[in-house]
Amino acid sequence: MTGTSRYALELRGVRKSFGHTEIICGIDLAVAHGERVAVIGPNGAGKSTLFNLISGRFGPSSGEILLAGQRIDGKKPYEINRLGLSRSFQITNIFPKLNVFENLRCAVLWSLGHKYSFWRFLADLDDANDRTEELLEMLRLDKRRDVLATNLTYAEQRALEIGITIAGGARVILLDEPTAGMSKSETTRFIKLIREVTEGRTLLTVEHDMGVVFGLADKIAVVVYGEVIAFDTPEAVRANPRVQEAYLGSAVADAQLGH
Amino acid sequence: MNKAWAMQYYEFKPYNVGRWIVWGLFALLLLLIPRLFTSSLSITMLSQMGIAIIACLSYNLLLGQGGMLSFGHAVYSGLGSYMAIHALNMVSKGSLPIPVSLLPIVGGLSGMGFAVLLGYVTTRKSGTPFAMITLGVAELVFAMSLMFSEFFGGEAGVSGNRVAGSSFLGITYGPGVQVYYLIATYTFICVGLMFAFTRTPLGRMLNAVRDNPERVEFIGYNTQKVRYLAFIISGFFAGIAGGLGCLLFEIVTAEVVGAHRSGAYLLFTFLGGATFFFGPIIGGVLMILASVLLSEITKAWLLYLGLIFLFMVMYAPGGIASLIMMNLRLAAFGFLRRIWVSYLGLGLAALTMLLGAAVMIEMTYHLQLNAAMGPTVKFIGLVFNSQQLDHWFGALFVLFTGLGLFELCRRQYLLEWGEIQEDIEKEIKRREAL
Repeated sequence: MTGTSRYALELRGVRKSFGHTEIICGIDLAVAHGERVAVIGPNGAGKSTLFNLISGRFGPSSGEILLAGQRIDGKKPYEINRLGLSRSFQITNIFPKLNVFENLRCAVLWSLGHKYSFWRFLADLDDANDRTEELLEMLRLDKRRDVLATNLTYAEQRALEIGITIAGGARVILLDEPTAGMSKSETTRFIKLIREVTEGRTLLTVEHDMGVVFGLADKIAVVVYGEVIAFDTPEAVRANPRVQEAYLGSAVADAQLGH
Repeated sequence: MNKAWAMQYYEFKPYNVGRWIVWGLFALLLLLIPRLFTSSLSITMLSQMGIAIIACLSYNLLLGQGGMLSFGHAVYSGLGSYMAIHALNMVSKGSLPIPVSLLPIVGGLSGMGFAVLLGYVTTRKSGTPFAMITLGVAELVFAMSLMFSEFFGGEAGVSGNRVAGSSFLGITYGPGVQVYYLIATYTFICVGLMFAFTRTPLGRMLNAVRDNPERVEFIGYNTQKVRYLAFIISGFFAGIAGGLGCLLFEIVTAEVVGAHRSGAYLLFTFLGGATFFFGPIIGGVLMILASVLLSEITKAWLLYLGLIFLFMVMYAPGGIASLIMMNLRLAAFGFLRRIWVSYLGLGLAALTMLLGAAVMIEMTYHLQLNAAMGPTVKFIGLVFNSQQLDHWFGALFVLFTGLGLFELCRRQYLLEWGEIQEDIEKEIKRREAL
């Protein structure tokens, strides 16, 4: 399943300005196939903007973004999604008036080639229905199958959010603060779930909880003021003085990075 | 044991049996209802209802299913009507060899064609810009209807004769009841097709686009294209309704593409209930009842309609369909008898209110329009004098009494409703625990 490139996702000199303000100031990043990368950085560093650029919510002002060797910068979100990149959102972004099953089924339809079909009944699409049932089980939402998404608990909605993201079988997954607003115990369970459902895929995740970051990620990218100041293994990042200084202030860094 | 039984019950219960019964009853109703109402007025009304049902359902593909508030749906039904009547005249002249029964399809294809053309611009946007563009397109087409009298027939419109071409099995479409059965057949098929559409991938993605267009973009779908395709399908069914209308009336005037007609589709789809598939069916029936019967009873019927619309938007935004479904849920749990007294109270208060308002409306209309015929107004078997102040005060008093009573009843009702909903939740939990 490796593409034409060594890298699942590659950013080359990506810049983004809003008006005169440059939010992303030249980011280079190369993520290998199957790697799990945590993107960390202080608030307003540009992490979410970075995700928005990669997923096509807006185009970069300059630079190139490659998905398995193919240029995706400037493409529309749905085009990028069809090429195998899928994302979740920091603020839960689901289909509130559809039930859990329908939410997930909508998310698998395109990848199974059903496209804009209006000459076949959903009930007869065995592949889509089987895949949806599989997802329900995987997400532990099978008991909540017929509940409207808006009536789910917060943790369940977060799980559904991840489910919609991975449903289409994209090879590269971006998760924007998947555990935001969750309790400690929920987070632990949730991280296990994320590990399970993204098995074998390339994963980028924005995360604030350092415990989670060090537990989940193979590599950490530290974003400060729109630049990646470090991209390395957790140990190396932990030891990086520039990270400690720029990102956390050394005292806090000691506490948070677990020294 | 209990659970296994419930599972079986569940698997047996839904699906085909219930669905066959519902569709069977619908077909039977369409088939038998002209036997019940045999006068030529009722046959015409029933025919109009069939057409209105198709039109409102096609409108609801946009409004209810796709969250697209269109102010110009009559453009597609209306242009369908025009194309169909021109085709009918060609059939009459013998230059177009198709049977009259297929003319609604001509209307449908035209509606679809115009939706392909105009919808491409319209559906590029959603939300408020979408609504504005539909309004613009509607104005544009109506303005054109005044400019191109060749096609639109100017003030007089275009007329035709539906008894054209060779008859088939003695069906000439001369008698109204034959047209009714043609319309009923189309109604049944179109309702079925539109229901089927809601069960297809595109139909479901249309709901997803309605709920959260942004998210749809990130699961591989182009929201513009989803809206565009739905718009085209909606245009097709609107055109069929238009084509049927041309056969029923044998005349098409510019009002069929007018803002008034578009507004009626919106209003009655909403009244019927946009959130349920069957809501617009109720809406379509009401549309004809209101515009034929209500307009017979009073000249101020549009005013009453406006009041009812206001009332529904404020108190029951899900329309009649949602009222029915909410109370069916209550009935399913056996709680309906706990609240019927409240309903009775609400109904009586509303009636009082309506009475007060109606007397005032009728007297005002009388003063404005029929003042030459003297000051007295006959209404609901009573005689009112529009010059006497005490009659006005009386009406005002009744109106405010009704208003007060209604508010009291409404509060009581909401209280009871809340309690019942809690009890239902408890009951559901209890059943789950079994």
